[in-house]
Amino acid sequence: MAGKTIIQKILAAHTAGATAVEPGAIIWLDLDVRTARDFAGANVVKNYRTHYGDVPVEDKEKTFFTFDLVVPPKNIPYANNQQICRTWAREQGVKVYDVNAGIGSHVAIEEGLAYPGSTLVGTDSHLNILGAIGAFGQGMGDQDIAFAFKTGKTWFEVPPTMRVMVKGHVSPPCTARDLTLAVLRRLGSNGALGRAVEFYGPAVEALDLPGRITLASQVTEMGGIIGFVPPSEAVLAFARARTGREDLVGVAADPDASYVETVEVDIADLEPLIACPPSPANVRPVREVAGRHIDSVFLGSCTNGRFEDFAAVAEVVRGQRIAPGVMASVVPATRAVFEQLLDSGLLKVLFDSGFIISNPGCGGCASGHIGMTGAGQVQLSTSNRNFPGKQGAGETYLVSPVTAAWSALKGEITVPEVPGV
Amino acid sequence: MKAIQVKGRLWVLRTPEGCLYHDVDTDMIFHNRYLHITELSQMGQYALDNLKGWADFAKQASSGDIILVGKNFGAGSSRQQAVDCFQALGLGALVAESFGAIYKRNAINSGLPILMFPGLADCAAQFATGDELTVNFETGELVLDGEKTFQASPFSQVQMDIYQAGNLFAYGKSLASL
Repeated sequence: MAGKTIIQKILAAHTAGATAVEPGAIIWLDLDVRTARDFAGANVVKNYRTHYGDVPVEDKEKTFFTFDLVVPPKNIPYANNQQICRTWAREQGVKVYDVNAGIGSHVAIEEGLAYPGSTLVGTDSHLNILGAIGAFGQGMGDQDIAFAFKTGKTWFEVPPTMRVMVKGHVSPPCTARDLTLAVLRRLGSNGALGRAVEFYGPAVEALDLPGRITLASQVTEMGGIIGFVPPSEAVLAFARARTGREDLVGVAADPDASYVETVEVDIADLEPLIACPPSPANVRPVREVAGRHIDSVFLGSCTNGRFEDFAAVAEVVRGQRIAPGVMASVVPATRAVFEQLLDSGLLKVLFDSGFIISNPGCGGCASGHIGMTGAGQVQLSTSNRNFPGKQGAGETYLVSPVTAAWSALKGEITVPEVPGV
Repeated sequence: MKAIQVKGRLWVLRTPEGCLYHDVDTDMIFHNRYLHITELSQMGQYALDNLKGWADFAKQASSGDIILVGKNFGAGSSRQQAVDCFQALGLGALVAESFGAIYKRNAINSGLPILMFPGLADCAAQFATGDELTVNFETGELVLDGEKTFQASPFSQVQMDIYQAGNLFAYGKSLASL
């Protein structure tokens, strides 16, 4: 019998009895943490009340709300929906990470709610970002989550696993985002459809936690269930500190695990990349669209909203002003990221360069406060989707924070250069 | 027992240029500007209104209609409304070459009949909007205009169990172990 892949190991450890965790099998998965955010949250509550009445959730210590999409609410329907969640959470004794907290998936990592080998579900389709720390995270609909709140379980079809081996190294001005775009270019919008992915290779192993988050966050755009980066010692040390559990161990596939496909992505010649409209998988070299006038720049999202992402931007723009007429925004992923930017003085650097500084959250990904586009507007963004109409009638191009920073300064899509050269 | 076979008028989701749509994202099915809506009865009117060429779909669709579309339908977000809007319209079945993973779960959980049709690419030209399609959930057999037959994937066991129970909640209550 073949060994297990990472997802098979995690699922096996969270399934009662001797159920086989072979691809295609349906299992009942035990969920360490169950969450809902402000969008689907009100529907989760509605489903829960309709089907379970006032019965307590299975475990209130494992159940959370994370408000991150429209924070604070910008109109009355969103305010109403958030208050429905808040009121119900108080009744149930469930903790709310409220509108000041930031992006739920990042809060889960920072707060130690997710850790290597753990399982977490919620209503955010980018919760598979938790693969960055070797946890199983999964976005689900509001019925699934109401069911999970009540039972602590979900049915799940064990996906097959594919391997992506990234050869080469990332070097400036390229970043983890360019590596991610190179993988997305290779796999396309459904190259990982219905599969778990495991990422290997020197370029991947060298990524810090924010870089791993960037890579894992775009597996959704490859059609994948989740993408795992086996935890490094540094990631493990981080998780131990955040959970207070010194006994935490990493998660790795067995040497004889079975993979449905192995794909090699060689980034020896990596150059700055850009995902052009109409889809995240429409990846081209930045140089092919360089010179295109831009109206706005959005920096943030669960893909590139970490302190290190903004620090890379600050390094480029320090002492310079963004181009006249360009509206550029900074949206830190979480309150902790905002605090780091404050304490380091980098917030001042970004402010002085002309950036709009927003409170933490998702920004404009789903009609939030920052990052909407009007008809004809061209926007550069470090977020993860650019489907037509998603952020408005304008065109959204997806790039690394470094490419976005260089472009903000020039007012046009710009190939970044190596700092100090 | 709920019906395991339905017959209805077909809508083939094609681009204005006539190509079968692939990778239809949830923002094209149910745009994020409507996400505050929690009433099922209000969701149907917005189905597909951000998909180029299909803004009027909800006005033209009738209960029992069937949709046929290409790969990775329902890619993107986890919003249940992208399934519920079709429930609100009374869609008879949704057949796609493949589905986004979260979308597939959401549809199964709410009892919306969806079938995967892996062989669609080889025969897509034979289907047209307005045709009559019969879909058998148990065998996966599709019959076009009462004549031509095609083979899609039948419901999985868990899908059939949830469909027959009505939805995930009813199914869960039927299981002694939960």
